[in-house]
Amino acid sequence: MRKSASDSCMKFPFAALLIFVSLLSTHAFASLGGDAASVDADVAQMRAGRSIEQAATYTVQQLNTDSGTTVREYVSFGGRVFAVSWQGSFVPDMQQLLGSYFDQYSAAVKANREAYRGRRPLDIQLPGLVVQMTGYARHFHFRAYIPQQVPAGAKLGDIR
Amino acid sequence: MRTNRLISRALAGFVIACAFGLLAACGGGSGGGTTKTQPPPGNNVATLTVNGGPAAGVDYADAAFTSVTVCVPGSSDCATVDGILVDTGSVGLRLLASAIPSLTLPQLSGSGSTTYYNCVNFVDGTYLWGPVAQGDIELAGEKVSSASLQLIENPTGFSVPTACSQGGMNLDTLSALGANGILGVGNYPQDCGSACQSSTSPDVYFTCGASGPCASSTITVARQVVNPVVGFTTDNNGVIIEMQSVDGEAATATGSMIFGIGTETNNALGSATIYPINSNGFFTTMFNSQALTESFIDSGSNGYFFPDASITQCADNSIAPGFYCPANPLNLSAQNQAQSGTENTVNFTADNAVNDFNNFSSDSAFANLAGPNGSSNCGGGSPCGFDWGLPFFFGRNVYVSIDGQSVPSGAPAAPWWAY
Repeated sequence: MRKSASDSCMKFPFAALLIFVSLLSTHAFASLGGDAASVDADVAQMRAGRSIEQAATYTVQQLNTDSGTTVREYVSFGGRVFAVSWQGSFVPDMQQLLGSYFDQYSAAVKANREAYRGRRPLDIQLPGLVVQMTGYARHFHFRAYIPQQVPAGAKLGDIR
Repeated sequence: MRTNRLISRALAGFVIACAFGLLAACGGGSGGGTTKTQPPPGNNVATLTVNGGPAAGVDYADAAFTSVTVCVPGSSDCATVDGILVDTGSVGLRLLASAIPSLTLPQLSGSGSTTYYNCVNFVDGTYLWGPVAQGDIELAGEKVSSASLQLIENPTGFSVPTACSQGGMNLDTLSALGANGILGVGNYPQDCGSACQSSTSPDVYFTCGASGPCASSTITVARQVVNPVVGFTTDNNGVIIEMQSVDGEAATATGSMIFGIGTETNNALGSATIYPINSNGFFTTMFNSQALTESFIDSGSNGYFFPDASITQCADNSIAPGFYCPANPLNLSAQNQAQSGTENTVNFTADNAVNDFNNFSSDSAFANLAGPNGSSNCGGGSPCGFDWGLPFFFGRNVYVSIDGQSVPSGAPAAPWWAY
């Protein structure tokens, strides 16, 4: 069901453009809900060490950040990032990762804690946004997805 | 119905206890009650109390608190602070600066005229920020000299860097934190380790000018916020959390935090079963025929948290948002994978948390609090774990061995859990 993207990357002719893009930013990744343009930038950057997996109705781009945290972006064939996830010891750039959903996430985290004093795994279930995080203060596993944009046939359990 | 049964039991206990004069305050809202055990004697024993915590108006359910004495290094200029949350899910001592107003601890200087700041992010999206300070830390009869700790303090003159806050909530007050500080006694010797010595990218340590700006910084392992236990002269290879059992609900519960594993007569490993953890700190729990490969034990989590889409969750606008609210209490079991590959069963109950909080509003110890965790479909590698929070500790002796430290003869190399 999955194949490496390295083969198709080799066919891409604009090596100079690729180097330029990777120099511009080695950290940028697409945002949740982002469009095809942000994905294109990532596809280019992917060649500098990213990997891609192909599922039946979407692609998964994986980026290994400098801190050792692994970020994954789930892109529908229509060019939408419908889910993002990460796991590792250190929190990646959440504003970049969640994009226009960042403020909604931030408000939900605060509402969560203010509603009840205590610590537990994060489980935000909003009509247009699901965010879950488990782990402890040395290793986290996070995922966020837009339920309405998950492609038909995609399994939620595969968003890892 | 269980609620009625519990109320009947509580009333019966109330009458009996009052008749025999066993309760100091018979007006308490105790439910099922607790089983009293004597703490083992020794200078390596700190007292733990589940009592709702130090914040006025906040009943912090299922959180164990202790006290700590902090001194200006090498001096008798000290402050003793209670209401410190004991957390096996993090590493290092973090104190509200507002809890030690009379004590001025030296802060760790960075290059130029900067000060080191520390950031810790928690699984619920909250974080703590503040300068790295140094102090002598005393817990029971144990002491570590000139240890790095975090002072939790909102900056004046600059903002918390977004590389720390990440959209989360700053627990910078007694009310928000529900504690005067957090004592992280998890499986690791420092809060970050070599990653923060070799790279700034973890964004755990920052150097900041007096009014900013802040920049992510490297820091040597020796100067990082440290698990105080590893700095003790003896009894420095781990801790044992021994909590009394709680039958349903109780106003309070007590226990002990014993320092060292197999180093004294009161901390032998005995017949406890060892549960090794992988490089990410997890072991596997089998639950509902699924392998939850990211499972962990965390005294700082205030419930059992596990994935089960079939259990009704409490309403967001209820008294217990984020917990499970089954119509009737559910008796459940799971299996933790031990050192030998054997699976050992843990039986537990998931109560209706709204009923618990409504019916036992004066209580702080709840044996059956439970809630969701991560994905409920674990086959595809999505975040899937069992978070064994404080209720798991009730009635157990839980051993936390620390990475890189010695272990008792015959035990596997640290880190691991045992109970």
